[in-house]
Amino acid sequence: MDWWKQIHAALKHAHVGLVVYVPDAGHASLIEACNSDNSMQTVALTTEEEGIAVLSGAWLGDLRGVLLMQSSGVGNCINMLSLAKTCQFPLPMFVTMRGQWHEFNPWQNPMGQTTDQQLRTASVQTLTATQPEEVGPMAAATLDQAFTAGGMSALLLHQRLMPVKTFGK
Amino acid sequence: MDTKRSESYALRRRDVVKRLTGANDELLIVAGLGSTAWDITSAGDRDLNFPLWGAMGGAISMGLGLALAQPDRRVLVITGDGETLMGLGSLATVALQSPENLSVCTFDNERYGETGMQFTHTSGQTDLAGVAAACGFPTAVTIRTEEELSAALPTILQAPGPVYHVIKVRAEKLDFVLPPKDGVHLKNRFRQALLGGAAIR
Repeated sequence: MDWWKQIHAALKHAHVGLVVYVPDAGHASLIEACNSDNSMQTVALTTEEEGIAVLSGAWLGDLRGVLLMQSSGVGNCINMLSLAKTCQFPLPMFVTMRGQWHEFNPWQNPMGQTTDQQLRTASVQTLTATQPEEVGPMAAATLDQAFTAGGMSALLLHQRLMPVKTFGK
Repeated sequence: MDTKRSESYALRRRDVVKRLTGANDELLIVAGLGSTAWDITSAGDRDLNFPLWGAMGGAISMGLGLALAQPDRRVLVITGDGETLMGLGSLATVALQSPENLSVCTFDNERYGETGMQFTHTSGQTDLAGVAAACGFPTAVTIRTEEELSAALPTILQAPGPVYHVIKVRAEKLDFVLPPKDGVHLKNRFRQALLGGAAIR
């Protein structure tokens, strides 16, 4: 099964009803699947940090949500993570990585190559999937860590899972 | 730029907040860091208040998430001009979703109250209601007088949303009226009041 289909299946299994995201090429198929899924509301954000607050509010109202973003978006989230940490809001995140594997754009390297460290410094538990068959079990574990243990968790989706972006070169 | 103008605005924030929060015990209220969190507490701390002690720029987004999760309940976000300015994009995010049950009020004293009353951008040319209207809020109004506030209350509290109001309030230093600051407690008491005891087990 495609890796993004495994995430979609894990979201349904965990009764996720809200998917918030900043549009991203790596997440495009998953976002499209969630948009077409009647059991999920989707919210397009203008910046990733909004998503943390949206999901926290949704949890207050008993709706389970996830945040989809690219590694560059993690940098936008750092202060807002304090909301989830201080209040122990469940916060599962799925991060498509840049700056790791045949990266064409050096501007993606600063965040892409430090995403894992930065998330861990902010107290987010991380897993990294490098092979497609790892994604399903890791997605399920990421959701469980958030909703069952009440914490912040992120699944980093290695750039080798994505098509190489070459900017027409 | 008349930097002193907000010191003589007619409306007083602690009076305004009572008009908003006292109207309906069922309201779900999110207040932004920091003066508006003290304001809602001055009107009476309640379990269905969620006062933010941090997460600046997140109050409107948090209200959106709550509104999507509880479509049958009225959600009221009360926040300040500085907090609104830090999350301007969230006005576009709300407008795209257009939740009917969400009402956002910005208490605009044109100052950063918690850091020493420095001027915000609304002391210049920035018009937050204009921003919200341009983002696509069907209702986006600035209120300056008691008469305008009285006329707008039914819209703020009941009209199909999303509705946005800027309430120009006097720049004044007021006593702190602090809500609980334990975030887990704030979350759990809110969920228990809204969802019942099973929600925190």
